[in-house]
Amino acid sequence: MRKAGTGVSMSRAAARRRAIPYVLIIPSLIFIFAFLAYPLGTIFYYSTQNYIMSKPDARAFVGLQNFVKMFSDKIFLRSLGTSAKWVLAEVISQLFLGMTLALLLDTKFKGRGLYRCIVFFPWAVSGVLTSMLWSLIYNQNIGLLNSILMDLGIITKKVAWLGNSKTVFTATVIAEIWRGIPFFAITFLAALQSIPSDLHEACVVDGGNLMQEIFYIKIPMLKDTIILTTLLRTVWEFNNVDLILTLTGGGPSYRTTTLTMYMTNTTITNGDFGYGSTLAVAAFIILLLFAIIYLKLSGFGKEQES
Amino acid sequence: MNPKVKHGISRTFFYIALLLFLIFIIIPIYWCIVTSFKHSAEITSSVVTYWPKQFTVENYINAWLQSGFEIYFRNSLFISVIGVVFIVVISVLSGYALARFKFKGKNVYMLILLCTQFIPGAMLLTPMFLIFKNLGLLNNLFGIVLVDVTFHVPFNAIMMRGFISGIDYTIEEAAQIDGCSRLQAVCKVLLPILKPGIATVAAYSFISCWNEFLFTFMFISKQNLLTLPVGLKNMVGEYTINYGQLAAGAIIAVIPTLILFSFVQKNLVGGLSAGAVKG
Repeated sequence: MRKAGTGVSMSRAAARRRAIPYVLIIPSLIFIFAFLAYPLGTIFYYSTQNYIMSKPDARAFVGLQNFVKMFSDKIFLRSLGTSAKWVLAEVISQLFLGMTLALLLDTKFKGRGLYRCIVFFPWAVSGVLTSMLWSLIYNQNIGLLNSILMDLGIITKKVAWLGNSKTVFTATVIAEIWRGIPFFAITFLAALQSIPSDLHEACVVDGGNLMQEIFYIKIPMLKDTIILTTLLRTVWEFNNVDLILTLTGGGPSYRTTTLTMYMTNTTITNGDFGYGSTLAVAAFIILLLFAIIYLKLSGFGKEQES
Repeated sequence: MNPKVKHGISRTFFYIALLLFLIFIIIPIYWCIVTSFKHSAEITSSVVTYWPKQFTVENYINAWLQSGFEIYFRNSLFISVIGVVFIVVISVLSGYALARFKFKGKNVYMLILLCTQFIPGAMLLTPMFLIFKNLGLLNNLFGIVLVDVTFHVPFNAIMMRGFISGIDYTIEEAAQIDGCSRLQAVCKVLLPILKPGIATVAAYSFISCWNEFLFTFMFISKQNLLTLPVGLKNMVGEYTINYGQLAAGAIIAVIPTLILFSFVQKNLVGGLSAGAVKG
């Protein structure tokens, strides 16, 4: 009797112990399913609707009509190109500049702690604030950029950097680079500092110079970090909307309308929930392809065996 | 770079490169600060001055009292503080499960957490708007807290897993041998050691909540419920922009992040790379 009772309570305790991790992850799963997974699923449904916020009575099922409209929508097709251009320009320049900064910071110099704190700070600044800071630089009348360029004699007439369709894209890219460099620099610096110092010594013994050390030892050691941060950043820049929305609103003449920006304008400004969701489905499919590549390359799940 | 830069030429290049980065990073901040301390007449005059002729704090006073930054600041603080409490608690629970247990579905759970990082808020605007409308959460600060918690728990849970994994489990075991229950061991032994990790997650999630823009922009239309990012954005939309107050408002908005950032930036380097890269 007694023995059996102990056995039952033992297995009950074991069952309880097994249940602990599931209980612990439930709160996070509730939020993720209620406010991420479920809404994400419904965009497929809304994409088949004619649904404009201001005309709820005209709501109707239209099948794939929104998708047909999308493939003949010039703004959509152009936004794909703008997204590609935006992501490439951002990721390549941030990668290059972030790597350079990390290599500089991997060297000891006076005041390195303070310097690091200052140059990493834009990482904590929001997209909205970044666009406030840069709109004060780019402003046609009160901006710093026009004033400096005129004082140096480079330009003679004030340029509306954000209103001119020739300059707006580059100007927006630079503002986002400002905010994006620290992310790469922070992750690369952490990776650089984990490289064992005997590799450096071996390089010196073999008569290698600085550039050889960087290109033959440091960068190859950072390979995994480079691949992962680049892919992660690609997705983030593809999704970027706060900065573009507040700096240019996607204009002028759609020069800075990326797919995400177009989706946001369609949903918020036009209140077109149906077509906005169709664009969201398009973005979802593009992101899914990115995600598959990312997970493949990161060798996900090899370390943690259940 | 070698630990010590040896040659004169490379040292010169080294310092020039450092200086260029510093200038690029500092100029926008410098210009915003300078603009915020200028009289409005000096800002709009045709000759741009690189330093205020006459310092004034009127922009700060007007931004705070007239342009509503006092209210925006309070709302941002409210959302961020409540958001941080939720995010830290849920991240510790999830991080503990991931760091200390082997369980069926662990890989799937990790995969779910990672996949959330790919979903842009912009994609969920329509469905979230309709859900929140049904729940009566539009024009409600708690609605924004829900959004913040949802979007920031996954990354912080991964980061927390890294911090907890870094603490030896034998310490908890020893406490349990000494007669503590598992919960007591966690509360009395693990949590005190975990403090730097908790501080990092708290600071990181505070900055994320503080910076939230898109959902507040769409879901909140009442002036007295706006947060700092949306308040700033709306100022730009006005017919005549008061640049002095805009600059002062931007500085007001950036100060809490600056304080938190300088406080945790050392921990962040390790934490972020462990969380973001190694997954």
